[in-house]
Amino acid sequence: MISRRDFLKVGGSIVAWSIVGSEHAVAAEDFTGNPDRVGMLTDTTRCIGCRRCEAACNKANKLPEAKTSFEDTTVFEEKRKPYVADVQSYTAVNRYEGEDGKPVYRKLQCMHCDEPACVSACPVAAMKKSKEGPVVWDEKLCIGCRYCITACPFYVPAFEYSSAFEPKIQKCFMCHQRIKDGLIPACAEACPVEAITFGKRKDLIKAAKQRIWGEPDKYIDHVYGEEEAGGTGWMYISGVPFEKLGFPENVGITSYPKLTKDFLSMVNLTLVSWPALLGGFYLASHQKPHAEHKEESVKEEHK
Amino acid sequence: MNEYAGDYIEKQIHRQDEPSNSEIIGKWVKDKIFLGLPLKEYLKTLITPLNIFAGIIVFAGLVLILLRFIFGLEMVTEASNEQPWGLFLTWGLFSGVPFSASGFVIGTAVYIFGLKKYQPIVRNAILLGFLGYLFAVVFLMIDLGRPWRIYYPMFISFGTASVMFLVAWHVALYLSVQFLEFSPSILAWLNQGKIRKIAVSMTLGLTIFGVMLSTLHQSALSAMFLLAPGKVHPLWYTSYLPWLAFISAIGAALALMIVVTKLTAVFFKHRASPHYLESVDEITLGLGTASSFVLFTYLGLRLISITHEGAWKYLDSSIGQWFLVEIILLAILPFLYYYGVQKRKVGLIQFTGMLTIIGIFLNRFNLTLITFNWQLPHRELFFWREALVVVAVVIIEVLVYRWIVNRMPVLADHPDFVGDGH
Repeated sequence: MISRRDFLKVGGSIVAWSIVGSEHAVAAEDFTGNPDRVGMLTDTTRCIGCRRCEAACNKANKLPEAKTSFEDTTVFEEKRKPYVADVQSYTAVNRYEGEDGKPVYRKLQCMHCDEPACVSACPVAAMKKSKEGPVVWDEKLCIGCRYCITACPFYVPAFEYSSAFEPKIQKCFMCHQRIKDGLIPACAEACPVEAITFGKRKDLIKAAKQRIWGEPDKYIDHVYGEEEAGGTGWMYISGVPFEKLGFPENVGITSYPKLTKDFLSMVNLTLVSWPALLGGFYLASHQKPHAEHKEESVKEEHK
Repeated sequence: MNEYAGDYIEKQIHRQDEPSNSEIIGKWVKDKIFLGLPLKEYLKTLITPLNIFAGIIVFAGLVLILLRFIFGLEMVTEASNEQPWGLFLTWGLFSGVPFSASGFVIGTAVYIFGLKKYQPIVRNAILLGFLGYLFAVVFLMIDLGRPWRIYYPMFISFGTASVMFLVAWHVALYLSVQFLEFSPSILAWLNQGKIRKIAVSMTLGLTIFGVMLSTLHQSALSAMFLLAPGKVHPLWYTSYLPWLAFISAIGAALALMIVVTKLTAVFFKHRASPHYLESVDEITLGLGTASSFVLFTYLGLRLISITHEGAWKYLDSSIGQWFLVEIILLAILPFLYYYGVQKRKVGLIQFTGMLTIIGIFLNRFNLTLITFNWQLPHRELFFWREALVVVAVVIIEVLVYRWIVNRMPVLADHPDFVGDGH
């Protein structure tokens, strides 16, 4: 059996560990963010469905050659997801039917959330919100757990299931390197009708609202992404209700990292209270009368 | 065997002297590994229809695992960019870990609360827990895109806001804790009395540490899904998910011990001490009482949580009816346990234990696989190859368990260390 001294030693080291070890339990912090972070604005009333953004993305990111030409419009018969294995691009344009039967096109890609679910999900911090604005991924750190895919409310990140040795997480990185080099993202550059605007997020919100105020009959009075999922870097304005364009309706306006924050804040409490409670119980129930205790230790010494 | 041949001459010289090293090793291998039989006879005992069947499945499973590591996950799984996790994690991690709470539940009862009644099953509970975590890691290694980086969350890069980060740390630490907790049995088998004494002296500390780790990662495994509110069905999604997971893990562990205690008393009768076999009934009644209490608590919290989230309106759908199957099964369990204990019907408690195992599996499968992404029009649950790999790995787990129970003091005390409570 364990003597009380041993117990205190063990108990003490556990408490010490729990204090040191609790360092990893720091919960997600509230987002402050770089006020000059960049973003994108897609105006679905302007998009003509030419798919040049898809082609430009393919080229800029050196993705596998397209299975069918990027000018092929039969692809619009399906609602595609921006998964490289399917569309050879980090972005996909889908066609929807607007009011009076006119086609409306919507470009899909990573939303570059201000407080991304994928970033808070990543156990190795391979997924990061860069200070410039794009949500980026570090191949050197990724372990391939795919929690980012589970967490993303927009079903964006993709995984290379066909690769055994270096499976990548594939998604739009807003041409992060081009932005750092002073260029604009390839898709925005390629767009012939200025349906995609690149700029500082705060300026894009103003521009979006100006367009809506300028032509209130043309636009729905809402900037999708200004608040959705806690705010996204990629925003949309539209002439038809967003749910008709396949935008998820259930993302809410709470930032996703908040959903697990409460749980993570319980960690320290648990680490400290269990040793105290159980250790206390053990001491209380196993303590021997003093005299008897002494006798035993004398006996032990004689052994 | 070559070693024996090479030492033949030496053996001739020392004929009358002390046994040579190779003889000592030979005897040790015979006693410890071949269960005291000569190699040929030991191998003969292995050739049984059941073992051959197990061998075929394991072989097929290993071939598929090899394919996965050559051609990528798509060779064996149905995993997609919408449903990134499949049977490997649903079975091995999200369902396997709750049942592996056996080590901490029975360990706490015996070593902290001093409930000596459960002493006969405590080593078995810890062994089952250890193997459960070990094989959870095996499944994780198969499922991770880059399994050779499995240590990254511990040493290379820290995603401190991630629940998965917490799970990674805790599973790693708890696996080590469980190994140390089981080490007295391994050391008794190896006749290492002195080292064993040190291992035994760590029991209390390890047990408390185990409770801390278990509370957090059992709840964390469900808390991971708090991040996917639009994908988890509202009848399962609740902010109480972590605590429901923790409570049901205790229920799962108790049910596992009820069922496994019965199974070992039948299939490992020759390895169990008379005391173990005699105490099965009383232990089952005790575990039944505890299960009844735990599952009443679970049921209460579950019903409150669904009301709290206002999710009852979803009952009127096909998933809602599927939910009813789960909740009705889970709801009758505490009553069955209670009735079984009152009437001292050990068989009924064991049957309820089986039902509990099914119920909790169903719950974890529903949460993480079956109703996950319920709003998507097309969903694939799993590929047959995935299921075959799972079955193969489970068979390996059972074989490892059998190998250990046949050799180490799990169901009976080691003759040199009788009655020291470990």
